[in-house]
Amino acid sequence: MLSERLVGIIADSFFRILIPGLTVTIPLTVISFAFALVIAIAVALIQFAKVRVLKDIARFYIWVIRGTPLLVQLFVVFYGLPGIGILIDPFPAAVLVFSINEGAYCAETIRAGLEAVPYGQMEAGECVGMSYMQIMRRILLPQALRISFPALANSIISMTKDTSLAANITVTEMFMATQRIVARTYEPLVLYIEVGIIYLAFCTVLTKLQRAGERKLGRYRI
Amino acid sequence: MILSVRGVRKSFGDTEVLRGMDLDVGKGDVVAILGPSGSGKTTFLRCLDFLERADSGTMESAGVHYDMHTIGKKDIAAIRKRSGFVFQGFNLFRNRTALENVTEGLIVARKMPRREAERIGKETLGKVGMADWADRYPSELSGGQQQRVAIARAIAPEPEIVYFDEPTSALDPELAGEVLAVMRMLAEEGTTMVVVTHAMDFARNVSSRILFMENGIVVEEGDTAAFFASPAKERTREFLRTAATAGEMI
Repeated sequence: MLSERLVGIIADSFFRILIPGLTVTIPLTVISFAFALVIAIAVALIQFAKVRVLKDIARFYIWVIRGTPLLVQLFVVFYGLPGIGILIDPFPAAVLVFSINEGAYCAETIRAGLEAVPYGQMEAGECVGMSYMQIMRRILLPQALRISFPALANSIISMTKDTSLAANITVTEMFMATQRIVARTYEPLVLYIEVGIIYLAFCTVLTKLQRAGERKLGRYRI
Repeated sequence: MILSVRGVRKSFGDTEVLRGMDLDVGKGDVVAILGPSGSGKTTFLRCLDFLERADSGTMESAGVHYDMHTIGKKDIAAIRKRSGFVFQGFNLFRNRTALENVTEGLIVARKMPRREAERIGKETLGKVGMADWADRYPSELSGGQQQRVAIARAIAPEPEIVYFDEPTSALDPELAGEVLAVMRMLAEEGTTMVVVTHAMDFARNVSSRILFMENGIVVEEGDTAAFFASPAKERTREFLRTAATAGEMI
């Protein structure tokens, strides 16, 4: 079934798909997810601490971001904002959108983690004389992140695949690289399966990392 | 006096839980707070360490007068640095080992150098018989062991006063026994303690004073021996009879 020509295309295209994967897809995922975590922790803390106005802003942010498609958000930033004079290059635009988008979801994950930590942990911290921020940073947040860890791993796996949407705003990540090869060779079936397998390989690595991470964190039980 | 508290009132919604509680604690006193369930014992104790904010009341501590309702964060922090609190549910930091549970407050809140904190931590764990368990996480310890670590955490900074909120209620009798033994040792060393408890043996044999309360007010208060030998109020006699019967049933 696989002609010599087809085998040649698969072999030739492998590195031309993998390299944008390593140089664009992975950095885009890692950088965006790092920013997303920062946003998520901040937004979760604001909600947990019940700071009045900030909490409303946090709820609004989560409502808008979760209620609109990621693709629409990418288009608004990349194609829409230039209309009011804000021009952002494709890669930074993608990082911006992915960070803000993922931040909203992870904020809810971390908030749930914080709420799952029994209130006695906070009281015990108060009674040994620690301040709110000290208790948060040293006791509550580490436990909340431990609780949230599997769900956060889920998020980064999901996001790895979602970065393919960045092709729509001219980021030459793995999927766009594949599309280009398809346009030249007219072999969509094998090439799209090929890129799918590479995504699968990336996610397999992440799954293994999740296991290892859970084992490392697993010594204390929540 | 280490602590002198007057007129503590506290309501949750329409329910008045504390209706003007007074308490004086002198150095070396071991005060047992007794009373039926729902009498407000725990709430009162929590008000003393500001885990609950009293609606009104005054506190004199280390020669300073505080309004227990309007007291600010800084004053609360200062008072907490002079006190320790042991919870019914232990509340050990679950992401910290036994030793780290003891040193956390010393290092973070009291800015003690790590090495000194660890020396004190190990010494205090030894005192409660937990030296061999220093590197274990709370989930790896029995309830009695967790509570002993929690006591070590509370006494490590050498506070003026240690509060115990039903420290053995979550434990079966054998494990409760090891915790009560540690508390007895502390009492004999002269640690000032206020203990909310249902353990009548402990109240009778270890405490120096009893405060018996019901419905948010003190019913009777006095020297332990006198309290058990000749309670003044009929309600106290009834409570002691019931407690004695319950004790026999166990």
